Amino acid sequence: MTAAKTTVSRAEICVGACAELFRGDGEILVSPMSTVALIGARLAKLTFEPDLLLTDGEAGLLAEVPVLGDQSEPAREGWLPFRKVFELLAHGRRHVVMGANQVDQYGNQNISAIGEHSRPDRQLLGVRGSPGNTVNHRTSYWVPKHSPRSFVQAVDVVAGVGYDRATGSAGRFHDVYRVVSNLGVFDFDGPEHRMRLVSAHPGVELEEITESTGFPLHIGEFHTTPEPGPEALELIRTRLDPKNLRDREVRA
Amino acid sequence: MRDKQCTAEEVAAELRDGMTLGIGGWGSRRKPMALVRAILRSPVKNLRVVSYGGPDVGLLCAAGKVRELVFGFVTLDSIPYDPLFRKAREQDGLAVREWDEGMFYAGLQAAAQRLPFLPIRAGLGSDVPRNDPALRTVRSPYGDGEELLAVPALELDVALVHLNRADNHGNARYLGPDPYFDDLFCLAAKKRFVSCERLVSTAELAEGPPQTLLCNRTMVDGVVEIPRGAHFTSCAPDYGRDEKFQRAYADAPQNGLLSRLVSGSEQDYQAVVQEVS
Repeated sequence: MTAAKTTVSRAEICVGACAELFRGDGEILVSPMSTVALIGARLAKLTFEPDLLLTDGEAGLLAEVPVLGDQSEPAREGWLPFRKVFELLAHGRRHVVMGANQVDQYGNQNISAIGEHSRPDRQLLGVRGSPGNTVNHRTSYWVPKHSPRSFVQAVDVVAGVGYDRATGSAGRFHDVYRVVSNLGVFDFDGPEHRMRLVSAHPGVELEEITESTGFPLHIGEFHTTPEPGPEALELIRTRLDPKNLRDREVRA
Repeated sequence: MRDKQCTAEEVAAELRDGMTLGIGGWGSRRKPMALVRAILRSPVKNLRVVSYGGPDVGLLCAAGKVRELVFGFVTLDSIPYDPLFRKAREQDGLAVREWDEGMFYAGLQAAAQRLPFLPIRAGLGSDVPRNDPALRTVRSPYGDGEELLAVPALELDVALVHLNRADNHGNARYLGPDPYFDDLFCLAAKKRFVSCERLVSTAELAEGPPQTLLCNRTMVDGVVEIPRGAHFTSCAPDYGRDEKFQRAYADAPQNGLLSRLVSGSEQDYQAVVQEVS
């Protein structure tokens, strides 16, 4: 076992941490927006959250967990075109894991633009569904490259709503749950809902995390992110992602 | 019954400077690209474009046709960012009303139902209202007293959509996995045009599940048969996205294809298709 442990990659640690985001979610739709979060969601479904609903990335609900990168038609159990996604998210039975070009200490997220909105230095996607996701149901973020450019004092455009802005009706169903990065896992249970370190990935020093974060992170008690167990590792490597696409998203 | 067949050029000729144009599809999926190219070739300008944006937006921006864009995103799906749209925003400061995707849906529904607005939770607390100061909130008259965003109706002068099959009266069907919002675009517009992969008889169109007959005759003013009319976006199950061509489109600012894609004739476009594929 010890020999196997030393070979667990950072991407696999991140997959395990992303899977843990969904623990306790039960029978809801999960919408992971990138490779590692997607493998994490599928791992959660195959191990401890069998009732999760997964989509095929288009309008289908998956009956079985497919192999990542497999181009063949997957078996489906239902239909969820975009218009029904909007209904489902307003109904609240969903947990989304979005990316974030920027995220701040209260959990505000930006995928819209960098710089002035009227003439941005860098046009990104636009706010997409972030405003609606964050005020309607549980939202987490996955940031594969943790740096002061992504973890910022204040985001340039608030697409995803953070705790300091989740007041009134925006706060009624607001639930920004966690951020997983290539360095660690974070939540917003610090003072005044500020970002707090939950766990550092194995081999990551606290100093690396604080230096890579552009705001003062709340550091209380934290632990080391657990490695996926042998069963989970086997599933990741042979069943979910045999081509190791996860390593493309997370630098080793 | 009326025969509504027309040409792409006749559709483009319906547009006037300053009009609000709604474009169906989603990202780089089932976009009425042949109709968009007809607009590129027409003299119309200062359009206000309403779209779940993909390369339709990029091309219209590059051709200088867009005064304002109402959008939730612009993406090529397999390529996250559209470079022509980026240039319009970063270098030319293109004016936008940037909404949450669900707000956009609500705005189309409001217009389709002839309502001035629909309440929604999406947008509250975000920078959407800050960046679009015309947006207002509305307070519930019931005991909860909730204050919600009042999404104004997205009223359109013209809507363009592309569907798999249609008859010449304006009944139309999608065959892929998702209708997107093409029916709502038609309901929100004064003039509605459908391009289709294949024009069929009403009897042939009616074969198959009735619930995928997305548009009926009251929702359509003109029908254009254009095989591969959504190229290079996807039009499942007739064809998938032409990823090779999309890559060439995304590289167009560097590879010398930009002028031929933006201001060339239909023959120029088809020649580029041949070269790239």
